[in-house]
Amino acid sequence: MSLAVDAPSVHAPPMDRRVQARRLTVALSLLLAVTSVFSLAWGASGTSLWAAMADLAAGRELSRLDRIVLFDIRLPRLCLGILVGASLAASGAVMQGLFRNPLADPGLIGVSAGAGLAAITAIVLGAMLPPAIRELTGNYLVPISAFFGGWGSTLVLYRVATRHGQTSVATMLLAGIALGALAGALSGILVYMADDSQLRDLTFWGMGSLAGATWAKVMAATPIILAALAVTPFLARGLNGLALGEAAAGHIGISVQLIKNTSILAVAAATGAAVAVSGGIGFIGIVVPHLLRLATGPDHHSLLPNAALLGATLLLAADMIARVIIAPAELPIGIVTAVLGAPVFLWILLKRRGALGL
Amino acid sequence: MQAFDIEVTLGRTRVLHGVDFTAKPGQVTAIVGPNGSGKTTLLRATTGEIPFTGRVLLNGEDVARQKPWQLAAIRGVQPQSTTIAFPFTVVEIVRLGLTAGLSAANTDLPVRALEKVDLTGFENRMYQDLSGGEQQRVQLARVLTQIWQPMVDGTPRWLILDEPVASLDIGHQFTVMDLTRDFATRGGGVVAVMHDLNLTAMFADRVVLMQDGRIAAQGTPSEVLTDATLTQTYGCPIPVNTTPPVGMPFLLPQARMTREPC
Repeated sequence: MSLAVDAPSVHAPPMDRRVQARRLTVALSLLLAVTSVFSLAWGASGTSLWAAMADLAAGRELSRLDRIVLFDIRLPRLCLGILVGASLAASGAVMQGLFRNPLADPGLIGVSAGAGLAAITAIVLGAMLPPAIRELTGNYLVPISAFFGGWGSTLVLYRVATRHGQTSVATMLLAGIALGALAGALSGILVYMADDSQLRDLTFWGMGSLAGATWAKVMAATPIILAALAVTPFLARGLNGLALGEAAAGHIGISVQLIKNTSILAVAAATGAAVAVSGGIGFIGIVVPHLLRLATGPDHHSLLPNAALLGATLLLAADMIARVIIAPAELPIGIVTAVLGAPVFLWILLKRRGALGL
Repeated sequence: MQAFDIEVTLGRTRVLHGVDFTAKPGQVTAIVGPNGSGKTTLLRATTGEIPFTGRVLLNGEDVARQKPWQLAAIRGVQPQSTTIAFPFTVVEIVRLGLTAGLSAANTDLPVRALEKVDLTGFENRMYQDLSGGEQQRVQLARVLTQIWQPMVDGTPRWLILDEPVASLDIGHQFTVMDLTRDFATRGGGVVAVMHDLNLTAMFADRVVLMQDGRIAAQGTPSEVLTDATLTQTYGCPIPVNTTPPVGMPFLLPQARMTREPC
């Protein structure tokens, strides 16, 4: 009798996680839209989004204050939050696929630190560059340096941690700590050299913040992050194949070297740009892909876009918390993501200790 | 498939010393030999997984000049064991075989391949939760999905297997060996590293016996698997076709006379 009860479930039509993942994409898009509206409505000043929208709908002029608060403070901050959240989560997912490891995260293994060091270098020593170069790079000097910083640290890390196509978890995490410490020390020297106004620019790096959002920063980060995100769909098949190991990925027809190089460039670009405009915001890149893998599985075709959507949503939510929890003052958002993300990281570690070979 | 003068040096040790070997389509070619004789190294050199000197031709074309996707269309490789980084389900792993192009439109292949390796009903199980032998058969199903037809437009395709039956029970050893036999009978080429000399004798058309990074003997099973050759290669007396002393039970796969599926 009990066999007869069990039988139907064995031959049930295959539940296809791809369908669930597509539904999740729609749901996450809606969630991001709703969160964006709340993010615009939410803030320390008395400006009301709803009143402003009613005014606009009725064809009335907005007050100068409302215009500034909505269009020059909250809207760029919203855009920056979406860009940074999406790029941190998608970079995390790509990097985890590349390293074949759910704990690889640009923030944890020193890539953000490398990007941060390069950004700080650009802020402090940028004035020493020949005017021609400064003219050429303009607003982009800091993001571009951050990109090269992130790229360099990813390359070093991959070299150190990968032998014969296998990436060692322990080596990767330890090498990441060493890289992070080195970048931190060098950044410290630069901070020591910085003058007062540079120091103010640098203060938010340590903890990460969206508070300094301006249209200039949004404009500087947008092309780099959008380009990196646009590449990720082309990585999905390769990263799925890499889950089998480098050799097996090659045997199913994947150009492994091309996938690796493209992934590293995309991660460096997205992380570099995100770090350049918002400092080091941790744990988004590790928590978001992990939650999505639990929900709909590790297929990168859906994981990468869904990670971008959920990352953006979570960062906006964290930013709202950061804005109101000690209002009228503001908490750096990096503190919020760390407080929420670190326990999740520990939970992953405990649950998967055996599987990770640690 | 032809390999000429394959030399492999790992670290400072030369592991293969100028190996020449040929495998024909329509045949099962088994590579056998003691531990450390270079069987797997030879296989990994011919599939381009490790650097080597020499030349490998597949269907007359130099492998080194072909792109991964071109090779994937005519050759499937099953590794000895595969650990998967993320919680993929069985069918998701097998579906990766579809990415190789030629089979891509055939979305029912993964389920049919799983049926062939006797894993029907395992589609939505987590790969990591399976036993070693089941994982090995999932990998075989993935490779079969990739090169489902042994012949395409008169060109043979190749099944390259590294110890395909190593962790399987005797019933599933037959399942897998019957599959490879069938693939060869329908025109494809099979090259397999084998440990089990009985299964080799039973299923291989051609045996390549390796010793210390060289080929000690090659030919049909009855030419290669002789008392003298085996005793010399394995360094231990191995009498062929000899029944054990009376009263000692023994099991030979060859005793399964029919080709009935298990």
